[in-house]
This record gives sequence, structure tokens and C-alpha cells, in this order.
Amino acid sequence: MKLVIGIVRPEKANDVLEALYRAHVRGFSLSRVQGHGGELDRVETYRGTTVKMGLSDKVRFEIAVSDPFVQPAIDALCEGGRTGEVGDGKIFVVPLERVVRIRTGETGHGAVTPVGS
Amino acid sequence: MTDVPSLAAAAQVNAGDTAWMLAATALVLMMTPALGLFYAGLVRSKNTLNTFMMCIAAIAVAGVTWALVGYSLAFDGDGDLIGGLGHAFLNDVTFEPRDGTTIPHLVFFAFQATFCIITTALVSGAVVERMRFGAFLVFAALWSVLVYAVLAHWAFGGGWLIEGGTRDFAGGVPVEMGSGFSALAAALVVGARKDYGRQALLPHNAVYVLIGAGLLWFGWFGFNGGSGFSTGNSSVLAFTNTLLCPACTLVVWFALDLIRGRQVTAIGAATAIIVGCVGITPAGGYISPGWAMVLGALVALPSYAVIVWRPRTRVDETLDVLAAHGIAGFTGILFIGFFAEMSWNGVADGLFYGDAGQLGSQLVAAVAAPAYAFAMTYALLKLIGAVTPLRGSDHEEAVGMDIIHHGEEAYATGEGAILVSTETHVTEDRPVAQPV
Repeated sequence: MKLVIGIVRPEKANDVLEALYRAHVRGFSLSRVQGHGGELDRVETYRGTTVKMGLSDKVRFEIAVSDPFVQPAIDALCEGGRTGEVGDGKIFVVPLERVVRIRTGETGHGAVTPVGS
Repeated sequence: MTDVPSLAAAAQVNAGDTAWMLAATALVLMMTPALGLFYAGLVRSKNTLNTFMMCIAAIAVAGVTWALVGYSLAFDGDGDLIGGLGHAFLNDVTFEPRDGTTIPHLVFFAFQATFCIITTALVSGAVVERMRFGAFLVFAALWSVLVYAVLAHWAFGGGWLIEGGTRDFAGGVPVEMGSGFSALAAALVVGARKDYGRQALLPHNAVYVLIGAGLLWFGWFGFNGGSGFSTGNSSVLAFTNTLLCPACTLVVWFALDLIRGRQVTAIGAATAIIVGCVGITPAGGYISPGWAMVLGALVALPSYAVIVWRPRTRVDETLDVLAAHGIAGFTGILFIGFFAEMSWNGVADGLFYGDAGQLGSQLVAAVAAPAYAFAMTYALLKLIGAVTPLRGSDHEEAVGMDIIHHGEEAYATGEGAILVSTETHVTEDRPVAQPV
């Protein structure tokens, strides 16, 4: 089991959702985050104050999957999130020690497999 | 209203009328930022400022074009299709009473200016979230003259519609049908947003929408109540009808919402307020309060139908200006033809009270105004589009109009913002700004 963490552009989040759905990856969490990954800063001006916005809005997917679904999840994140410009984001894959489904107490593979799939 | 125009020179400025018209003008001007709030709530958060700014831009652009030529083309002389240039650059617009009124010409001009401004702002609802801001400025300038001023002349300024007997109290022709059918043309020429029909594009702040609708209704008392240019009967009638008609629209809209989705929606309610106010706009000073309540109930039906039907089409007329203004204005204009009542308005009866001819005059306006607005706007945008792109790239649309066109965000947190320039000296060890 792996935890696949994908950080993508907010405007590509819907494309990623679509790609994940097509890849039959149905369980995930999503949060709005801010970060910096080497992209060009954008300059904004508020009255007399000009600022460089060092942090960009991103969307962070956290997807806990059994081993056969690791590559499909990565492919979906890449396919849905890519624009080709700097700032498309990153994917981190980390090992998962334990997973527990709170409702049933199931652990392991059963817990990362969404109900009904 | 003076019965004998030759005695117009004897007309005096009336203090009470002028006081009310000054207040009414301010009320109508407030409707444009209110519309900005209403529209801004209906779009996604990344386009909040741009959407609001299109309304602010209408004040800037249409306010200027109106003073330069628009007012003159609408209200100078009684040419069939278009007015003259006698009042261009505010020539001869002074403290003397405007013909046919008891208010200074300057106040009349300012009151009419606020109408041109809000109508120009209304059209932006069709093209938000993708039209380039620069292209919109050009469009607004030309539209306010070529479409609004022409329709205002037809309906108010001595053009062929008013001379032919069409009754339009506060702007069913130039404001409501003018903006609604122009919006349809604009949506067709500019094209749909890239994600339209593929993703759910939801309103980002329903509270803005409700506050905006509330402020619009408030301003509408000046809009309709001021369109008698006095404190006389027609103004009083229109004022009270502006209270009653939208209230009935709300009730019917609630019922339609319940039938369709088993819940009464907030954004539906905000829309109902607009639809009711639009419906009573042309009819306000011509129908009895009882008929105004009937109109309020009736006007909900066609607008509701179009609002349900339109998103299922390929036409991304984004904020439903056609349904809320075009269709509701159309309903109100026709309603006069049936239920205008001489005993209330002193000038015209509708079919129901014995004058079938009035319905004919209303029908002419209900066909001519939409046709002109649609055709002219379509041609105008095609022309502008041939000179400068009407919309940006898909990437710009994805990032959002606020950052692309204004370099600002509606909801900037300031976290991680690095100060680039300021009037005070900034040392290297304090690089992170805390914007106000």
C-alpha cells in the first residue's frame, strides 16, 4: 500500500478528478494548500503596494491505494495535472504502514478499497 | 406633462420634483455597483474582481460617452430613428427645465445617464469569466451609443416607437429588452467559457447575490419612481408597484422552486427580485397596483422557464441576462397593452379596458427592440473581434480574469507576499509584507 500525494494547479483539479475517476481510483482527500516550487512569481499591486506573490495556490490530493493502483493514480495525476508550464506540481509516493477504516475496523487492503468498487 | 408644448417656456422648475429627482438619480447610480455585487457573487472566486469591474467600467465608459454624444442622440429632437447633435458635449444642458418636465435639464441628463450606465453594465453578464477587459471597454463605449442611445431615443426621446403610441414607463425597451437581447448576441459571438457544459461552474458567494439583489431593488424605487420626472401620480403609482410586483414574483418563484426541486433556493429568490423589478419597469406608471401584483406573478413564468432551459443549450449566456431582463421586459411591455388603465395613468387604456390599438403598439416595440439590440450587438462585437481578440487564451481563463487583467485577487491572504516597492524603506531582514 502506498500514499500517493499529488500537488497540482487548482485550475487542473477538475481534470485530475476526471482522470482518477476513469482510472477507477475512487477514494481520496483533497485540500487547498499554498506552496512554492520554482515557478515565476506573479506581481500584484494593491493601491501603492506592489508585492511579489511568493506562494501559489495549489490543490493537494492524498490517495491511499493498494499496490496495483499506484501507477494508475500517478498516471491520472500526471495526465490531468499537466500543462507543460513550470508550476504543474509534484507527486510524492510514500509507503503506508497501516490503514484502518473507522466504521468497520477493517485494516489493510480492505480499508483502502472504497465501498462498492 | 404639459399638454401644450408652446407653453413650455412658461414651465417652471418645481422644487419638490427636483428634490426627488436628485435623490432618484443617486438611487439609480447605486444600482450599478449593486449589480456588480450581484454578478460577482454569481461567478467563480477567481473572477470576482473582473466581474465587478465590468460594472464599474460601465460607469466610467458609458458615463463619458453619454455626456459626449449619447444623451444628445437619445434626447435631442424628434427624428424617427435617432436624435440630433444639439446637446452633444452637454451643449444647452443647463438649469432651464427640460421640455415636458419641471426639473432642470441637468438633472434630467444625469438621471438618464444612470440608465445608460446600468444598461451597459447589464450586458456584461453575458460575457463574464472570459471576455478580455480591454475589449469590453471598447465594446461598452460603442454599445452605449449605438444600441442604448438609439433605443432610448425610440422609446423616450421622440423616436418612432413613442410617436407610434408605445408606452414604456421606465425602460422596458432600451434597458431591459435592450440589454437582454444584446446579451444573447454577445454570448453567441464571444462564445462559451472553456469548461461550460463540462464542469459545474458555480456561484462562489450567494450572500453577495442576495445583498446585490436587495440593493438593486432599493435602487429600483428611484429607477421606476423617478421615471415620472415628478412627485406626481404616475411616479407614486410606479413607486408602489415596484414594491408589490417583485413581492409577487418572489412568491411564485418560491412555488416554482418547490415544484421543481422541493426546496426554495436563495439564488432563485435573488433572481426573482430582479425579474419582478424588470417586469414592472415598463408598466409601473400605467397599471393599477392590483394588476401590478398579477404581473409580478405572471412575469415569473417565462423567465423561470428560460432560466431552466438555457443551461441545457450550448449558449453560455452566463448570468441569464436574457431571461431576467430580456424576457421579463418583454412580458412587462406586452402587459401594458392588455391592462393599462386610463383611470390610473391618465393617458392610455389597454385591450382589457377597450383599446386594442395599444396592444398593437406594444407588440411593435416587443419585436423591434429585441431585433435591433440583437442585430446591432452581434455586428458590433464581430467588428471589434476583427480588430482585437475578444477573449484570452484557455490558460488565462483557467488562471482567472482577476490575476490576468487586474493583477489583484479578491481574496488575497498576503501569506508569502514579498514587498517589491513601497514608499518607506524596507530592510532585507523583513522581506515579507503584511498587506492591509
